[in-house]
Amino acid sequence: MLLSSLIVFAVAIGCFISVSIIGYKVVALLLLVTVSVLAMLLDILPVLLAAVLSALIWNFFFIPPIYTFHIDNTADLLMFLMYFVIALVNAVLTFKIREAENKVRDKEEKENAIKLYNTLLNSLSHELRTPIATIIGSVDTLKEHQTQLSKENQQTLLNEIDLAATRLNRQVENLLNMSRLETGMLRLNADWCDVNELIYNAIQKIELNTIRQTIAFIPSQTLPLFKLDAALMEEVVHTLLHNAVQYTSEQTVIAITASYEHEYCLIEIADNGNGFPESEIAFAFDKFYRLPYSKAGGTGLGLSIAKGFVEAHHGTIVLKNRNTGGAVFTIRIPAETSFINHLKYE
Amino acid sequence: MIIDDEPQIRKLLEINLESNGYKVLQASSGHEGILMAANHPPELILLDIGLPDKSGQDVLKELRTWYNKAIIMLSVQSGESDIITALDNGATDYLTKPFRTGELLARVRSCMRRNNSDESKSVSHFGNLQIDFVARTVKKDNVLVKLTSTEFNLLSLFAKNEGRVLTHQYILKEIWGVGYQTETQYLRVFVAQLRKKVEVNPNQPERLVTESGVGYRFS
Repeated sequence: MLLSSLIVFAVAIGCFISVSIIGYKVVALLLLVTVSVLAMLLDILPVLLAAVLSALIWNFFFIPPIYTFHIDNTADLLMFLMYFVIALVNAVLTFKIREAENKVRDKEEKENAIKLYNTLLNSLSHELRTPIATIIGSVDTLKEHQTQLSKENQQTLLNEIDLAATRLNRQVENLLNMSRLETGMLRLNADWCDVNELIYNAIQKIELNTIRQTIAFIPSQTLPLFKLDAALMEEVVHTLLHNAVQYTSEQTVIAITASYEHEYCLIEIADNGNGFPESEIAFAFDKFYRLPYSKAGGTGLGLSIAKGFVEAHHGTIVLKNRNTGGAVFTIRIPAETSFINHLKYE
Repeated sequence: MIIDDEPQIRKLLEINLESNGYKVLQASSGHEGILMAANHPPELILLDIGLPDKSGQDVLKELRTWYNKAIIMLSVQSGESDIITALDNGATDYLTKPFRTGELLARVRSCMRRNNSDESKSVSHFGNLQIDFVARTVKKDNVLVKLTSTEFNLLSLFAKNEGRVLTHQYILKEIWGVGYQTETQYLRVFVAQLRKKVEVNPNQPERLVTESGVGYRFS
């Protein structure tokens, strides 16, 4: 309200100064333009106020005799009334157009949400039901046919249950993280953090004896401390490692490096596998996106969550193919750093 | 003693603990748990953070007014803040559901050991480490390790709380005193220095283990 009045006043003062050059009729047009511009930016009430206010100002300060609301000749009276109507119609029409636009946008958003919901439901029912089916099936077999089953087969079924439960747990964790991001419930818990240690912990979470790739990490001795949310970043590094392990063939070397670049923490995870299809790189971080023909066991949430966590730090994560073959993820996070290496607080 | 409202979890814990020779008492609510603990004080309590009648944190606080043996908190994965609160309220340790039973038994054993350990002992052994609390010396593989006074204080705080997770806030308060609770960067640097001196491989710590977002555990 205040803003619209102020703008009308400002334009009016400008006109008042230059009225001797432009004439009072042009002032009406200038004020009308002002009301139209305001109508595009502001809500209906401030615009109506601007329309009324500008009409009165024009009448009082510009239509002769000035400094009265009295209007002498018929032409001016007609112009004043027309001015009033045009300003009001202008305000109302613009408002209606904007309302219609909002409706269309709402509809589009709703359609997108439904599409996303369907993808989610399809992906979820598959990703959650498969491990559940494995667990129920294996348990049934173990219960009913225990005597006929060889020791070896019993062990196989137990391992299947173990794997399925672990997978189920990971999916649930992904979903919880996703909903934390979506609902804006994510609170950054930033504290001084030793990034070498963080990477080491993330590597520890991968069951190293079950994978056929090599994970190479040489801690940097000159790395400062960074102020980050260690738990979230550990999750990000773990997700990228987990993905690299899932999607590269055996003998691949997955190399992690951490470095410092003025007020930025850089983490790079590179592999020498087959790389990522160039045409698909743009979609890699999309929610529910999975590479065409990729093997079962994944909701396509991991990378989008990783991106969400990095962006919660105001950082960026980029996927590229290396010239020498293989893919590389680069994480850049702006963070406070501390180079304290010697301590006086003894 | 188990305080948890989920019958399946209680059953699972009961089978595991009993098959390892522990006697198990069970309560399905906070109120019942507090009464039972008062009537038959157990050696160790496994306490669920999410109980139906009152929060596990409140039960913990109430128990801690008189009960000083080990309490392990059980929580579902929900972030670190609950865990930090529980540890600051006096929980000995925590486990996040789902957990592996091997992990559970290891924690229970370590808590039991702490219950029975003699606090007044002047020399303690931890694998290849030997700590003399009176002479304030540390030997690694029988070789004397030079530690600064703060490093020694830190190490002995860890050693006296073997197997237990200490939150950053707690360590800072104990070593540097009130007012230094936010200076976690000093803690990081000291832990890194200490690791260089007492760990076999400082980049792959086995004694001074980080619990992400929570604190450190000495084992």
